[in-house]
Amino acid sequence: MDSYDTPESTPRHSASSKLKDYFIGATPLQKRLESVRKQTSFIPTPPRRKIPQCSQLQEDNDPQKVAFLLNKQWTLYSLTPLYKFSYTNLKEYSRLLSAFIAAEKQKGLAVEVGEDFNIKVTFSTLLGMKGTQRDPEAFLVQILSKSQLPSENREHKVLWTGWFCCIFGDSLLETVSEDFTCVPLFLANGAETNTAIVGTWFQKTFDCYFSPLAINAFNLSWMAAMWTACKMDQYMAATEFLWSVPCSPQSLDISYAIHPEDAKALWDSVHKTPGEVTQEEVDLFMDCLYSHFHRHFKIHLSATRLVRVSTSVASAHTDGKIKILCHKYLIGVLAYLTELAIFQID
Amino acid sequence: MSVLRPLDKQPGLNTATILLVGTEDALLQQLADSMLKEDCASELKVHLARSLPLPSNVNRPRIDLIVFVVNLHSKYSLRNVEESLRHVDATFFLGKVGFLATGAGRESHCSIHRNTVVRLAHTYRSPLLFCDLEVRIAWAQGKGSQSTMGVSRTLLRGSSSA
Repeated sequence: MDSYDTPESTPRHSASSKLKDYFIGATPLQKRLESVRKQTSFIPTPPRRKIPQCSQLQEDNDPQKVAFLLNKQWTLYSLTPLYKFSYTNLKEYSRLLSAFIAAEKQKGLAVEVGEDFNIKVTFSTLLGMKGTQRDPEAFLVQILSKSQLPSENREHKVLWTGWFCCIFGDSLLETVSEDFTCVPLFLANGAETNTAIVGTWFQKTFDCYFSPLAINAFNLSWMAAMWTACKMDQYMAATEFLWSVPCSPQSLDISYAIHPEDAKALWDSVHKTPGEVTQEEVDLFMDCLYSHFHRHFKIHLSATRLVRVSTSVASAHTDGKIKILCHKYLIGVLAYLTELAIFQID
Repeated sequence: MSVLRPLDKQPGLNTATILLVGTEDALLQQLADSMLKEDCASELKVHLARSLPLPSNVNRPRIDLIVFVVNLHSKYSLRNVEESLRHVDATFFLGKVGFLATGAGRESHCSIHRNTVVRLAHTYRSPLLFCDLEVRIAWAQGKGSQSTMGVSRTLLRGSSSA
């Protein structure tokens, strides 16, 4: 029951790359229909990805303006396209969302001790947070608390931050009509109750759907390789991996930390094609780490589950938590996360 | 190095022997148990092995079907299967080998991409089944999960042609 045509070449040139060549020029929707008809499974993982570079658009934006996005832990969600969302109505939306949050809190659904109900919601666009010109503008939602005391500077304390973005989301943008705004990646920082309330409002208002974005071990090892490949002037943190060993009664965790320059040296010895990362390079990079560990500790890390990767560029946890440390590669990190979010939506 | 050949021994009278190869001992045991519970036209024997080559000092019947079990959560199991495939004669792949990829239900735990296993099965011209042997359904009677029984039924249907 052979449904592929076999190329007379090594298994590296697999069916998926042949499918890719065949479908250049077709929209993703057409590709999917074609593959369903042919009864092949269209697995959209490219065998190679670009190493994150500083994008042109990012250089235009002010590092200070996006500095608050760095060094914070964000919880990731994937979001289906928003129906009839308009960037001109942001003030209207902030008013509606404030009213909704106040109503929800008074219902007693999310009551916190000692909290005043004077909250303000702001919607603002984040300029420069996009991969290509086609990507929709990223926007930010913040819940601020208005202080009761009549102080002079009236500092608003930020209670919760969430932002929506789309970086290189071409594959999704092509499949939706104009009424929809595609911002598939949602990042939230703050209390879980607030995330739930904001999520409910968005789902009711724009007929979209949030789902938590988990990052599996396969994607974490890709992230480790891509972030180690990034050229850094100065390394702020060691490269650290955390594995979870499945055993009873309680799972064990194995933590492996490497000096970032050693990790980069290992990557450079593995890396062949300039500017691109391939599946073989990622596998080889991880295998080197596994075999080194095995030589010393006689434990096969490849039989365990990679749970957390932490480098000087960013750190990611399998539960869908990310912390970006480096401004230079912000867009690159977000591009990969957008890809994962789009994959989850599909 | 001893290589498994499909026709080097006499077939047993009205018996079928299946060899399960994989690193996940508990899962293999579970799968073997549920296979033995199924109704089979001939007498069924199931052998388990962590990897190939098999020790040559043991007297064993002719093997009719080899199932390589890959756990999608563990790269180690994939490497193990790839190593073991070298010890199987090419003629075995004419319908007497199958691949089973377990752990497919929980995408968030996967460290191997499905495409890798698909490519492997395609290279060896053998069928591939995706399943999740660890999923337990609360109301399944007796030992073993519903999905394990379903998988074992599919494998037995395949092996009955051997």
